[in-house]
Amino acid sequence: MYPDQYKYTKEHEWVAPDGTVGITDHAQKELGDIVYVDLPKPGAAVETGKSFGSVESVKAVSDIYSPVDGEIAEVNEALTTAPEKLNEDPHGAAWLVKIKLSNASQLDGLMSKADYEAYIGGL
Amino acid sequence: MSEGPLKKTPLNDVHRALKAKMVDFGGWDMPVQYSGIIDEHQAVRTAVGLFDVSHMGEIEVKGPQALDLVNYVSTNNAAKLKLGQAHYSGLLYEHGGFVDDILVHKVADDHYFICVNASNQDKDYDHIAAHAGNFDATVENAGPRYAQLAVQGPKGLATLQKLTTTDLASIKYYHFTDGAVSGTPARIARTGYTGEDGFEIYIAPEESPRIWNELLDAGQEFGIKPAGLGARNTLRLEAKMALYGHEIDASINPYEADLGWIVKLDKPGDFVGRKALEEVQKNGIKRKLVGFEMVGRGIGRDGYEVQLNGVNAGWVTSGGPAPTVGKNIGLCYLPVEQAVPGVAIQVMVRNQPVDAITVATPFYKRSK
Repeated sequence: MYPDQYKYTKEHEWVAPDGTVGITDHAQKELGDIVYVDLPKPGAAVETGKSFGSVESVKAVSDIYSPVDGEIAEVNEALTTAPEKLNEDPHGAAWLVKIKLSNASQLDGLMSKADYEAYIGGL
Repeated sequence: MSEGPLKKTPLNDVHRALKAKMVDFGGWDMPVQYSGIIDEHQAVRTAVGLFDVSHMGEIEVKGPQALDLVNYVSTNNAAKLKLGQAHYSGLLYEHGGFVDDILVHKVADDHYFICVNASNQDKDYDHIAAHAGNFDATVENAGPRYAQLAVQGPKGLATLQKLTTTDLASIKYYHFTDGAVSGTPARIARTGYTGEDGFEIYIAPEESPRIWNELLDAGQEFGIKPAGLGARNTLRLEAKMALYGHEIDASINPYEADLGWIVKLDKPGDFVGRKALEEVQKNGIKRKLVGFEMVGRGIGRDGYEVQLNGVNAGWVTSGGPAPTVGKNIGLCYLPVEQAVPGVAIQVMVRNQPVDAITVATPFYKRSK
């Protein structure tokens, strides 16, 4: 379910070694039917722990917090017209943004797959 | 809000067994969704959905002056009700704001059965009981004696009919009859909160898990789905039905809420709030509820600020994606002059103005 190579945050985002960021399967399940995604523009600076966008379900709005410092390199435009993809493939095709990392060592401070699974198991 | 542990309906274990997502709704542990809000919403619009609404309160008013008491505490004219008929009404404070919105059922000349909102039931009971002293009538807070299930959608009648000998087709909209559902006494009302045809049944709590399961079995051939509060909210919003705490509360009067039709100033006798409402009628209202659709990208949600040309003008009472309408819709309060269809407004979505336009309501009306 949760890819080994990703790192995870307590806010239920994942980040791949290349800086690709998405929300976890746990997050999409908690949100329910996702109907709207608001993402930054390429070139925007992002900062660890600061909101850079939002994902909305029928019921709720959920902020997306950047897991790392860096700059938005690419945005998954397909989600604008098909936000429901986040319910179907949150760890794959429905990635949110690619971040050019300022400091790749920041990834070491995030949760591993095992840590994250233990974390959501305790929620 | 409420203190202590969450209250549970008699179907709590059933919801958990169905793996419903549970939420705290006004102090009640309630299912917000089972298969998904959109899926459940569509089931109700196209087939049938089953809701546990046992958290709703019931108040019984009985006695020789039951009608006089009901008419004194509510805005509609209960004297117009025939036996087996129900109507929507308002319970107001003296200043004209809402205590609650209610459904009044006439069971007998000396017996009225009132369905009220879950989180308001004790407040409503206290309010009615406080005015009961001048009338030869008794008031009972009867919520614990009833479970309530809503069978809603175009296949609701066919589903429920399999469990009752009462001829459901002969019950008109906003009418009810006392009969039986699968062998247990039931008050069967052709009412609902979805904008679809359907029924709400009041039964003994201990019978409700069995009846729930039998209804799911009966509706299987039609594609029945258990539906939660999430779908209930999107369905009622499309039909522009008010939700206490959103469109109405103690600070809002019926005229502002576009509910003037439930106020009968021409009925005989005084009623709580009459003086204030007559004053409002004389002077006019300043703000009014109106529907809107988002034009720009974004979803206007409950509590968001509404602006006219960059200036604060009102607030969103309920808003979100409307699965059947296929748009992001909402209701908001605006100055009365602007509370008409076709006015360009901006909804402040996360501190950014997003264009929207006021529209006629309801957003959805079923074809008969």
